[in-house]
Amino acid sequence: MTIDRRKFLVYAGATGVAMPFVRPSWAQSGALRVGLLLPYSGTFAPLGEAITRGLELFVKSQGGKLGGRDVTFVKVDDESAPPKATELTTKLIQGEKADILVGTVHSGVAMAMVKIAREQGVPTIVPNAGADAITRGMCGENIFRTSFANGAVGEATGLAMLAAGHRKAVTMTWKYAAGEEMVNGFKRAFTKGGGQILKDLTVPFPDVEFQSALAEISTLKPDSVYSFFAGGGALKFLKDYAAAKLGIPLWGPGFLTDGVEKAAGEAGNGVKTVLHYVDTLDNPENKAFVKAFSEAYKVNPDVYAVQGWDAGQLLKVGLGAVGGDAAKRKELNAAMAKASFASPRGPFRMSPSHDVVQNYYLRELKGGANGYLGVAAKELAPDATGCKLN
Amino acid sequence: MSLVLIQLLNGLQYGLLIFLAASGLTLVFGILGVINLSHGSFYMLGAYLALSLTGLTGDVFLALALGIPIAFLFGMAIEWLFIRHLYNRDHLQQVLLTFALILVFNEIQQSVWGSHPLSIPAPSYLSASIKITEGLSYPVYRLALMLICLALALLMVFVIQKTRVGRMIRAAESNREMVEALGFDARILFRLVFAAGVALAATAGILAAPVESAYPGIGDRVLIISFVVVVIGGIGSIRGAFVGSLLIGLADAFGKVFVPQFSAIIIYALMALVLVMRPAGLFGRA
Repeated sequence: MTIDRRKFLVYAGATGVAMPFVRPSWAQSGALRVGLLLPYSGTFAPLGEAITRGLELFVKSQGGKLGGRDVTFVKVDDESAPPKATELTTKLIQGEKADILVGTVHSGVAMAMVKIAREQGVPTIVPNAGADAITRGMCGENIFRTSFANGAVGEATGLAMLAAGHRKAVTMTWKYAAGEEMVNGFKRAFTKGGGQILKDLTVPFPDVEFQSALAEISTLKPDSVYSFFAGGGALKFLKDYAAAKLGIPLWGPGFLTDGVEKAAGEAGNGVKTVLHYVDTLDNPENKAFVKAFSEAYKVNPDVYAVQGWDAGQLLKVGLGAVGGDAAKRKELNAAMAKASFASPRGPFRMSPSHDVVQNYYLRELKGGANGYLGVAAKELAPDATGCKLN
Repeated sequence: MSLVLIQLLNGLQYGLLIFLAASGLTLVFGILGVINLSHGSFYMLGAYLALSLTGLTGDVFLALALGIPIAFLFGMAIEWLFIRHLYNRDHLQQVLLTFALILVFNEIQQSVWGSHPLSIPAPSYLSASIKITEGLSYPVYRLALMLICLALALLMVFVIQKTRVGRMIRAAESNREMVEALGFDARILFRLVFAAGVALAATAGILAAPVESAYPGIGDRVLIISFVVVVIGGIGSIRGAFVGSLLIGLADAFGKVFVPQFSAIIIYALMALVLVMRPAGLFGRA
């Protein structure tokens, strides 16, 4: 076969045009670079650490490879500071040449990060930040979440409270985005099921003087209180609530008791919370996960470690579909969007808006530990209003 | 009506606790002329000290008895190491150094106690709650807290008004050179005043630990509120700090109930109002 001059030019031209789209194979021979934008200092440092451990443990369990390719992690401390998020994300993408992004805990940082990741098209997994917008108005082809949406946790708690026979609730939270989203999700489910909200009480963030609100609850006489606080504020709230002896059952998203179970002591007894994970869940994946995690790190895993582990599982699905070639973003995203696997938290499935369809569990705090009471909401899909993916 | 009573208690209790912290700040500010941004850190160290000492002794009041001398000695050391070099420097240098101290203390707190919130129980003989209205009980420890703060406030007034040290402090506040000319060593006096300020902040932190619990950054809010109190009461005035603290406590408590949408700004609005009416503060010398 002879190639004439005209044909040669066509082939050459086609190759030239195709070049930018097809990464030559030598680019793939190096290790896959996963950029971790997580808090490694400050209040959220333990969460960032747990997520990293979960993710690293998963990759290790796969022999250090995903989709047949070695994985290296590039870690950047986001300091939970939204003003730095844009610069740090850009640094990971442009400077560190990260093929995949994983981050982060703080919702404000995550939103800034997601905005850039959307523009740049880098496949991104959010392993904690619960801001509803990430999988609603800001959702994107390449944005995935392996944790929860604030509204969905609130919704599941509302369903559990209805099931427990509560009909008149007072809500109480800090006046900031996460608190409002957790309360709004709760109200949606609770009022839809015939419940009534007597009043929404808020405390300025991060104020920890709760006495006035407690006094108001005592005069409103609801049959239950739904509240969301976190960290030191949650601990003080639990103690103040117990000392006020209101005799009204206290409910909340799991974050209300998360990390302060022991410190709350007697004050925490009887507080019921709803979350997508309990470390005593009876399924083979969880048993294996808890065993591997506690052997590797000498501490028991928490919900954040599970979210990191599942970020790894999701990446495995995506990279497996493209043989480790992260440059095939379209195929990689499509595979992750359809991902469904067994997680330590139970069945895990991606929703059309790239959030998790999962079970939520009812727990009761007793003697410094959260006991498992049952399923609060089965395979609940988060609200996707405003998301134009399908 | 019961809500008013409860808020009155809340406001007084909050105000009295702030007074302990703010009085230390106003003393150091008024007598030493040092803007001490690390004052909140001493409150935080007090809370964490309470945690460790209560673990050791089993009672928060024993922790208080041990903690006050520790904080006092610690304050003297800090004054000798850092603060004494600031007396004749300008405010910017004072702010820089005391801000650096905040960062150092936060780092110490993180490495010694970690970043998880921790708490200690109120002593068992004060852990009950008194039923004050139908459906709401008030923790006895909070009532005890009010009495202790009040007693400490009276003790402070006694020391400053009736004792020799108090006279020296008042004299140094109005004219430092004259005190030195009369043969008193102002350096020792200053060291004692700074240490007393640290001890007061730590005392507030220790007493608050069973109700507030201890977590990173717990001192930040106290620092800001203390400055607001000092501005309202007048720099260097203990009486001003007392009135200012109670005003802040009550405004905060009643603001939260009656104008919840403005509760975050109400104390700052109060400060602005005082600044407009009396720029030197309620009890300050213009």
